Amino acid sequence: MAIDLTTDTIKRHANTVYRRPRLTTGYWAWITTADHKKIGLLYGYTAFAFFIAGGVEALLLRIQLAGPDGAFLSAAEYNGLFTTHAVTMIFLFVMPISAAFFNYLLPLMIGARDVAFPRMNAVSYWIFLFGGLFIYSSLLFATSPAPLGGNLPGGATDASMLGSIPNSGWFIYAPNSGAEYSPGTSIDYAALGLQMLGIASLISAVNFIVTILNMRAPGMRLLRMPVFVWMTLVVALLLLFSLPIIAIALFMLTFDRQFGTLFFVPEAGGDPILWQHLFWLFGHPEVYILILPAMGIVSETLPVFSKKPLFGYPAVVFAGAAIAFLGFGVWAHHMFSSGIPTVAQAAFGLSTMTIAIPTGIKIFNWLGTVWGGRVRLSTPMLFSLGFVALFVIGGLSGVTHAVVPSDWQQTDTYYIVAHFHYVLFGGAIFGLFAGIYYWFPKLTGRMYNEALGKWHFWLMFIGMNLTFGPMHWLGLQGMVRRTWVYPEEAGLGAWNMVATVGAFVIAVSVLLFMVNWSHSKRRGRPAPDDPWDARTLEWTIPSPSPEYNFAVEPVVTSLDDFWHRKYDEDEQGRAVRKEEADEIVAGIIHDNGNPDHEIHLPAPSYFPFFVGLGIMIIFYGIMYHTHPWGIPLIVAGAVVTIAAFVAWGSEPLEEIHDEEHGDHEGDPQAGEGEPAMSEEDV
Amino acid sequence: MADLSHDHADAPAHHQVTGIDNRKLGMWVFLSSEFLFFGALINNYLLFKGRDFGPGALYPVELYDIPFTSISSFVLLMSSLTMVLAHSALARADQEQARTWLFATAILGLVFVSGQFFEFAEFILHGLKLNVNPAASAFYMLTGFHGVHVIIGVLMLLVLAFKSVRLGALSEAEGLNVELVGLYWHFVDIIWIVIFVLVYLIQ
Repeated sequence: MAIDLTTDTIKRHANTVYRRPRLTTGYWAWITTADHKKIGLLYGYTAFAFFIAGGVEALLLRIQLAGPDGAFLSAAEYNGLFTTHAVTMIFLFVMPISAAFFNYLLPLMIGARDVAFPRMNAVSYWIFLFGGLFIYSSLLFATSPAPLGGNLPGGATDASMLGSIPNSGWFIYAPNSGAEYSPGTSIDYAALGLQMLGIASLISAVNFIVTILNMRAPGMRLLRMPVFVWMTLVVALLLLFSLPIIAIALFMLTFDRQFGTLFFVPEAGGDPILWQHLFWLFGHPEVYILILPAMGIVSETLPVFSKKPLFGYPAVVFAGAAIAFLGFGVWAHHMFSSGIPTVAQAAFGLSTMTIAIPTGIKIFNWLGTVWGGRVRLSTPMLFSLGFVALFVIGGLSGVTHAVVPSDWQQTDTYYIVAHFHYVLFGGAIFGLFAGIYYWFPKLTGRMYNEALGKWHFWLMFIGMNLTFGPMHWLGLQGMVRRTWVYPEEAGLGAWNMVATVGAFVIAVSVLLFMVNWSHSKRRGRPAPDDPWDARTLEWTIPSPSPEYNFAVEPVVTSLDDFWHRKYDEDEQGRAVRKEEADEIVAGIIHDNGNPDHEIHLPAPSYFPFFVGLGIMIIFYGIMYHTHPWGIPLIVAGAVVTIAAFVAWGSEPLEEIHDEEHGDHEGDPQAGEGEPAMSEEDV
Repeated sequence: MADLSHDHADAPAHHQVTGIDNRKLGMWVFLSSEFLFFGALINNYLLFKGRDFGPGALYPVELYDIPFTSISSFVLLMSSLTMVLAHSALARADQEQARTWLFATAILGLVFVSGQFFEFAEFILHGLKLNVNPAASAFYMLTGFHGVHVIIGVLMLLVLAFKSVRLGALSEAEGLNVELVGLYWHFVDIIWIVIFVLVYLIQ
């Protein structure tokens, strides 16, 4: 083509309005970063902060429920707290902390320098953060008056701060969440905030899919990818196809509430069940979006700590994909009591049961992996085994919901609460903690405190079973979900007290984790580069991981390539560590830690932050569009967003003149002196 | 074409496994999500269009002006042709023609959007407001979101066209951008064909 590239880029560079950010430390370095590892840490810390918020909400709920006729919270506060607890844990903790793992590990595991779109990656983080803050700002700004003529028991009309947060259950069922039954703005905060989080997730889903499909190291075929990478791909596909559906549903709800459409208004011909269909068509794949990352993590840890390859790798991969595929065909099992036709109930009951097959395949493959292995019970392994055990319990109680008449009994009781906490707490969160401990050395360059880690595990394991175990029989005894008091005569007091004690045990275990993290990250024993004798590429680089990831582009020749470089088989087919393994590992890591040429990395940028900020301002404007300052807010937000995008378009991804001076990239250790984060410690 | 583009992430010594440029693959992936987005909207309209909203209810179908919408649909279809011409002109390094066809595509898109505004105005004059019944709500939401997509496409086309005017020519990297906008544009066009058939023609 006509234009010479160099002149073009120089021109473009001259067109850039602002000086590029160059800081490598301090707040601005984090705000402007496009490094997938820093973004991963940002996701992780932010998600953990929300985890604490959601946890505190849960403790408040448990205090209220500790004894019969609790008077600690009003009904309105209780509604707000259980809703916000769920929204927080699902959308602001488990999803973003999974995104933290994806961000940090995905490029490392496939041997890439970064994700496909580093600045879009930053955008997705900032939209997520502002979306989370948007939802939580309902504490300050939202209103939730009682519906017209509403006469709810237990002070549901309280105008307290906690009573103004979203209060409709995390699924925001319409018509209950419509303008008539939920006046005020608290539901708008939920609907618009979730919309923002959806945008963030959609951007990162596209990013991860392209990264996985396009940026694998030479030789890393699809079936040589670590299972965690496979699960990332599957989750990203689930997000890609389920988010547009919830986006439409949330748009419809917002339009109903703000602009007078009638989708969910039965009196005007709207559909009272449509929301449930749309929501669960997204919501059930969402369940797998929450659990598959944890399944990917334990598929990495169990083989490493058993010193065996993963049993049945292709089966685990295809089972994960099958779970995702079937996940789109089971949504109506959330609606057995909503009056859907009998045939539909039977069909969805059956399709739900089939999910147990690929899930069972995974469980047995994990057991097969541990079986006969040389098991090391380090903290990541304890959490992984805890995951398998608790997930089996949650999975089995899940199958009981597929039996329609049984589900009618269980619906809206604590039995359901017990079930999904076993899969989401016992499953997802245990898997995620396994991952946090497992990759801690690579993140920080230091080892965590093993004794504290084990205390964390056992307290969390015991606390979790104390809290959610009794909920099974509480539910079967008829204790109803989402109700702020129960009478003494119901005889539910004792087990509720046990559950409350368990919740505080969990809280103590999380405190131990925080102590362990913040202490070990600064003062922990320096970590070896390959502390676990692992099998995947992220362990072939120094600890903590250098900014450029790999100095030498890895070439992969088999599944678990790194393992095969260290291990041979003896005559019985057992793995035997090569004599020269230590030298091999040291050599690989030395090569990866000492680049012999300049490595170009995506330069930091101010604009992703401002795109996120602008989008948040637009959403506040939509929320208050009937106020005099609503429209100006929308305009201001649009100006910020568009200006940021235009400025973004005018700056190249990398600094061109670095090629001449190398003043920026030349010192890859800049900002690496201190492991991981410092200022933004949570 | 992709190798020279300096704006993609993996420029540092990286190949692209599928052989498709990251951004192009990203656009394909994004569009696959968009199909579900419009799928839900279309489904929503089909759900409500035949519901009984009581006596005297006004349905969008009663107000359709098929000849008018056929013409505006034809205009949008033709804009896909001009988009292809812009792209192929750029591939021949014929900058003049590329610029002309980019502007032509944007103008055709604007004509389509104006037609939609006219249609909405007509419908509203006849009393079919957003809030008369769910079928009307669903109709406006579906066609409205499609219109927003067209407007975003027009904006992207205009950015490219004005860049071409200002710089005198579009570089290789911008050539990829033309391709990306083209993909998006064809998608918006295809969705309209589906909408036109399912919503307007099949009554």
